[in-house]
Amino acid sequence: MKKTALSLSVLAALALGTAGAQTTIRIASLSPLSGGQSDLGTQIRNGTQLAVNEYKAQFKKLGFDLQLVPYDDQADPATGTAAARKIAADRQILAVVGTLNSGVAIPSSAALQASHVAMVSPANTANQVTDRGLPNMNRIVARDDAQGGAGANFISGTLKAKKVYVLNDKTAYGEGLSAEVEKALKAKSVNVVANEGTEEKSDFSSIIAKIKLQNPDAIYFGGIYNQVGVFIKQLREAGVTTPVIGGDGLDSSELATIAGAGATNIYFTTVAAPIEALPAAKTFAASYQKTFNDTAQGFGAFGYDAAKVVLQGVLNAIRSNGNKLPTRTQVESAIRKGNFTGLLSGAVSFNSVGDRRAATMYVMNITGGKYKLDSSINVKPAKQ
Amino acid sequence: MDLATLLPFLVNVIVGGLVLGAVYAIIALGYTMVYGVLQLINFAHSEVFVTGAVVGFEVFRVLRDVALDGYVKLLIALLAAMIVSGALNVVIERLAYRPLRNAPKLVPLITAIGVSLILQDVLRVIEGFQGRFDLTYTLPTAFTTKFCAAASSCAGLGNALRTVGIDLQLKDVILLIVAGLSLAVLNYLVNHTRLGTAIRAVAQDRVTSGLMGIDANRMISATFAIGGALGGISGVLFGMKFGTVNAYSGFDPGIIAFTAAVLGGIGSIPGAVLGGLTLGVIQNLIGVTNVLGSVLGSANLGAIDASYQRIGAFIVLVLILIFKPTGLLGKSNVEKV
Repeated sequence: MKKTALSLSVLAALALGTAGAQTTIRIASLSPLSGGQSDLGTQIRNGTQLAVNEYKAQFKKLGFDLQLVPYDDQADPATGTAAARKIAADRQILAVVGTLNSGVAIPSSAALQASHVAMVSPANTANQVTDRGLPNMNRIVARDDAQGGAGANFISGTLKAKKVYVLNDKTAYGEGLSAEVEKALKAKSVNVVANEGTEEKSDFSSIIAKIKLQNPDAIYFGGIYNQVGVFIKQLREAGVTTPVIGGDGLDSSELATIAGAGATNIYFTTVAAPIEALPAAKTFAASYQKTFNDTAQGFGAFGYDAAKVVLQGVLNAIRSNGNKLPTRTQVESAIRKGNFTGLLSGAVSFNSVGDRRAATMYVMNITGGKYKLDSSINVKPAKQ
Repeated sequence: MDLATLLPFLVNVIVGGLVLGAVYAIIALGYTMVYGVLQLINFAHSEVFVTGAVVGFEVFRVLRDVALDGYVKLLIALLAAMIVSGALNVVIERLAYRPLRNAPKLVPLITAIGVSLILQDVLRVIEGFQGRFDLTYTLPTAFTTKFCAAASSCAGLGNALRTVGIDLQLKDVILLIVAGLSLAVLNYLVNHTRLGTAIRAVAQDRVTSGLMGIDANRMISATFAIGGALGGISGVLFGMKFGTVNAYSGFDPGIIAFTAAVLGGIGSIPGAVLGGLTLGVIQNLIGVTNVLGSVLGSANLGAIDASYQRIGAFIVLVLILIFKPTGLLGKSNVEKV
């Protein structure tokens, strides 16, 4: 009897507590904040922060205190998965914006699946990310099969290359993308002389010797800017001026900085549009500059968009739950089923596996260290 | 593909391997010097070397718009890197190794790894505060142009290289010369000076050399200073060769240079050089095995691409350790047993 009375009074105290103070809702971001890819990862975190700032007032009106908790995955699958477990254990976190790397997203989303924490990725392009059909994993960018096809189209159509040397960085991202490019190029009967993997970060001399020997019309490198930048620098110093094409891993202003004088005749397909290609991005770019004293780049904008998808999803879940705190499962299905508007990259809705129904790919060009938009292509996922 | 195109290609790959190997060799000397005297693997050497690379970057950055001859800038960069890395190595020894000198061998080894991790993050913080991560060397443009591009400006050896079809940039030639000079100076220092004699005496028997009036601590400090200075030189050469470094760049070349030192026979100065050059050439040759495979029509060789070049170096190491555990030029020190 005594026990019941005690637990009743505890319950009452808890109820009073929640009625008095605001309930905290936390959103996590998961991206590399340290290490060689921190330039892109920090953009994602900052973009998410801007969206959270924007929605704070709306959540406050409903009685919720909205917070962002940034996690660092160091672009490393093991670190990312460990962070995902921490996220799963923090019951106040309802959803995650992330990650940058597909290789990190695949195990992290699996770790979050059991506790139904929804993830919205601003950057993952590997097919496997959504091909596994997890209910919690979504992305707002086009897939590698679209990106690879776009790269191959560009190589054979615009560059009119007959002979291509393909390189990859041996990660889930680089290998997946290069395989798609190779497949698409072969389908157009372009001669792919190699699809070579390398984890090398500083010495590309033997690869460059082979490239000189083969004399290809174009080089495709499925990798990340910090590696590809060094490669391009050494390639140009060795006197090879052949165009280098890559995927969205090259989408960083750091690429031109690393390649230095060699930063010319480079093209990359990207899912994160350059800020100037997004009609609504002017105010975003200005407030990014003001808040972080840094220039917004594509992944900043997509971090912001992914965060808006998450936050609108949580708001929808709150509304359909009678303005009470929704469960993680409710948020998960609200994100998968929602129609999200007011984003920099246009409206977003997901298909049954979490791919964006209509996405855009952009081809960017770097000449003399300057980035400019070359062309854009609309793509649809194979499954609707 | 015929022999006429394949031969100059292979020669170029080997020459490229030698240039790469020269960088490894100078790093390996840093490991081998310290090991020779203390029987300690200074795992922090990879960060001492990166510190040199960072100092070199800063010198080239600060002097970018100063009207100085490119070679003078390089000389300043090398000297600054030698001083900073040498001093850093002495400080590391004083703080992290000397207090543990009589501890079991595993203890200083663990400290060395700890020091290495601390230095990585210190370097990252220092450069990070200025908004930099990947440090890109801005070399005088002459350095990156082809060595002996025109027949008229070349004579003797340069012209001979050009006719054979060997492709080198000016910076590769500079790198080989600097590496050769450092080795010559080191050799003179160790084998023909009083300091060198004293260092060798301490290496052979610390207690007895102490009884002969040699201050072992001073000699060990001197060894670390020399090893650090070599690390500084190799850092600048590494930055010049590959164009960029960051705080974590030391790990890979550090491990390979350590392997080179073991391959040559750790503790042996000519061994470190031989090991470095061997690994450089092996790495480059493994990197192009798939081309040879396609020429010979062998699918097995064709599958060995650049991603195997590191593993190949380690396989060679394992083979050497199985068949000649003292390394190529190492002597077994029976008197220690």
